[in-house]
Amino acid sequence: MAVMADTDERQVVPHRRSRWSRTDTLRGWAFLAPALALVVVFFIVPVGLVVYMSATDWTLFGGFTAMNFPQNFVDIASDPMFAKSLEFTLKYTVLTTVILMPLAFFLALLVQEARQWNKFLRTAILLPSALGIASSSLLFYALYSPQVGPLNPILDSLGLMDAQQTILGTADGALWATVVLVVWRFTGYFMLLTLIGVQAIPGDIYEAANLDGAGRLRKLRSITLPMLKPTIAMTMILSVTGSLLAFDQFFILTKGGPNNETLTTVLLIYKYAFETKKDLGMAAALSVVVLLALVIINVLQLRALGVGRSEEK
Amino acid sequence: MTRSTRLRTGVAALAAAGVFALTACSDGGDGTDPGGEPAEEVSGEGIDDGTTLTMWTRAPLERQAVNAVEAYNSSHENQVELEILPNDDVEGRVGAAAQTDALPDLLAGDVVRIPYWTSQGIFQDLSEQIQGLDTLDDLQVGHIDAGTIDGAQHTLPFVTDISVMVWNKDLYEQAGLDPEAGPTTIAEFTEHAEAVAGLGTDGVAGSYLSGQSGGALVFTLLPSIWASGDEPLSEDGTSANLDSGSALDVYEAYRGLAETENGLGAGSQQETGATWTAPFQEGNVGVMPYPYTAVTGLFETADFEIGVGPIPGVDGGESTFLGGDAIGISSDSENAPQAWNFMQWLMSEDAQQEVFADNNDTAANLAVLESGYEGADPRTAIANATVEHGRTPVAVHFNEAFNAAGSPWQLLIQDAVWGDASTISSHNEAINTILAQ
Repeated sequence: MAVMADTDERQVVPHRRSRWSRTDTLRGWAFLAPALALVVVFFIVPVGLVVYMSATDWTLFGGFTAMNFPQNFVDIASDPMFAKSLEFTLKYTVLTTVILMPLAFFLALLVQEARQWNKFLRTAILLPSALGIASSSLLFYALYSPQVGPLNPILDSLGLMDAQQTILGTADGALWATVVLVVWRFTGYFMLLTLIGVQAIPGDIYEAANLDGAGRLRKLRSITLPMLKPTIAMTMILSVTGSLLAFDQFFILTKGGPNNETLTTVLLIYKYAFETKKDLGMAAALSVVVLLALVIINVLQLRALGVGRSEEK
Repeated sequence: MTRSTRLRTGVAALAAAGVFALTACSDGGDGTDPGGEPAEEVSGEGIDDGTTLTMWTRAPLERQAVNAVEAYNSSHENQVELEILPNDDVEGRVGAAAQTDALPDLLAGDVVRIPYWTSQGIFQDLSEQIQGLDTLDDLQVGHIDAGTIDGAQHTLPFVTDISVMVWNKDLYEQAGLDPEAGPTTIAEFTEHAEAVAGLGTDGVAGSYLSGQSGGALVFTLLPSIWASGDEPLSEDGTSANLDSGSALDVYEAYRGLAETENGLGAGSQQETGATWTAPFQEGNVGVMPYPYTAVTGLFETADFEIGVGPIPGVDGGESTFLGGDAIGISSDSENAPQAWNFMQWLMSEDAQQEVFADNNDTAANLAVLESGYEGADPRTAIANATVEHGRTPVAVHFNEAFNAAGSPWQLLIQDAVWGDASTISSHNEAINTILAQ
């Protein structure tokens, strides 16, 4: 009997679990369905379409004509413009990130205490973030203009620039002019993110460090920086991703010039799709390459910063 | 069939449907069949029955387009709804619309883009209708040639923008030059520019060049090559001849100015085209090739006197770049007879007079150019006379080879005027490669 009872129990329990589990799963899917549909329609399908287009011969005016995988990728690999744009984009990304992040971190530390003048400083530093990147670019385009802007004559009179040159007219000038714009536009935003991270660090840790006689630098090195690691990882990913995808500022300020010296990879995608080749297939293939590069770089960044490792443990 | 098999079958069917839908979008537009289908039902004056027509044009020619549409709408049953596209958006909008069969009835575009659009089947074949036009012999042919493929004509002139030589008479006088006599050869051009440069006035230069704008460079430099008797492009638009003797002479003239103090205005090498008309407008340039549509507005407002003449060749002659927009009926239009009614009306002498001549703009009708500007500024007559010597370069891949930022043509000029002039032939080869693709 005991054996029979055991057998019955084994038969009943799995059956109950299975029925409960299926209902639960269905209910879960029902709750998930609206969000899932949105994700599929607005994220998965477009990315899937780009991947599909990247394997086709698809022109701007003629549409799809044939599958041609992997020709678009082969063309990209041997395209000197792609290599040139990639080199410039990486250079711009490193420059922007190296300047932007320490500056934002420094400013966040500067204005973290709730003093009256700090409120003014925070607002002033954050203000440019309220402007769109396109509007900011147009503002700087006017500032850099030799016809209407004040900077060209000032630099000229100070002997910092050849009278025949313009700020956006040389490769270095155009690069630095764009970096200045981007730093001006994004420092406040990155400072805000860092400030939130700084203020989330419990005060009693600093108090304990004070009791132990730790100085400012020691507290920065042993408390602030380690506890800000997730924030730093997030801002770095935002900076690197944003810089690798840079388009608006270059489209407005330099159009990739002079002589293709400031051509970013995304600007090249635009040029190939709508301006020079009118080849959506090749542009899509370039987009896929950029997407894969972004995923790899982001994973490497997270690993390098050790984000997620502690949680796993 | 198991559940998983059914699921796989369903997904496969969906994928197949998706692919079918994608390929169906491209129906009729594979780029292998140049030119659109003939607009067979269109004849004579077309139909004016109160149809609402849609039309796209680009922002730089908004004023002229609005004048044309307002004049047509006020005198016809049909009504044209005009949409102005930003210049940089045109290619993307037209391409997207072409793939979804959503092109407007009437489509006007930069004349140098027209050969590519026509080759992609964007326009209906209007050969029969164009050949039947009463005014055909009087029309400037550049905008018609741009839309002609394999003998089939697809477009007519919409707005004609020409390049002319302009000079600042006040600066000429200060430099001891005759203010009433503009340059008639390239040598005179450099001589005049150097004289103004020699004034040594702060901010004033002999001439100005838009070094980073392929479009502005073809607009200003090609006329000198045509006027010299050379052809910068082959007749079929598949090869370039931009290292010819006269072309080299033209580049050399500008190189000489670039090497002269104040010879070319500051920023010439870096000028992207965004502000290339400004230095002359501000009275800081002695003499330069210039868009006529941009100079007419200065006649009344500038605080200096302006001279206007044709663009000369190396040893004389004259020419101009017949730019602006050409117009055609899109392959998606279901109102071709009504759209043709607008186009044939626009080509009439009355419309050319009312829309263009009366507003001091350049008419496409040569008879109106000769006799329709009685009350206009005398300089308009000088500019108009250049149209009969004018040309429009026709090449399917013109935009990529010349107009696009960083194009080989732009690099050629950078090297020819400011850099290593020995690379001109290799840049010409790069242009050939693009044109021949």
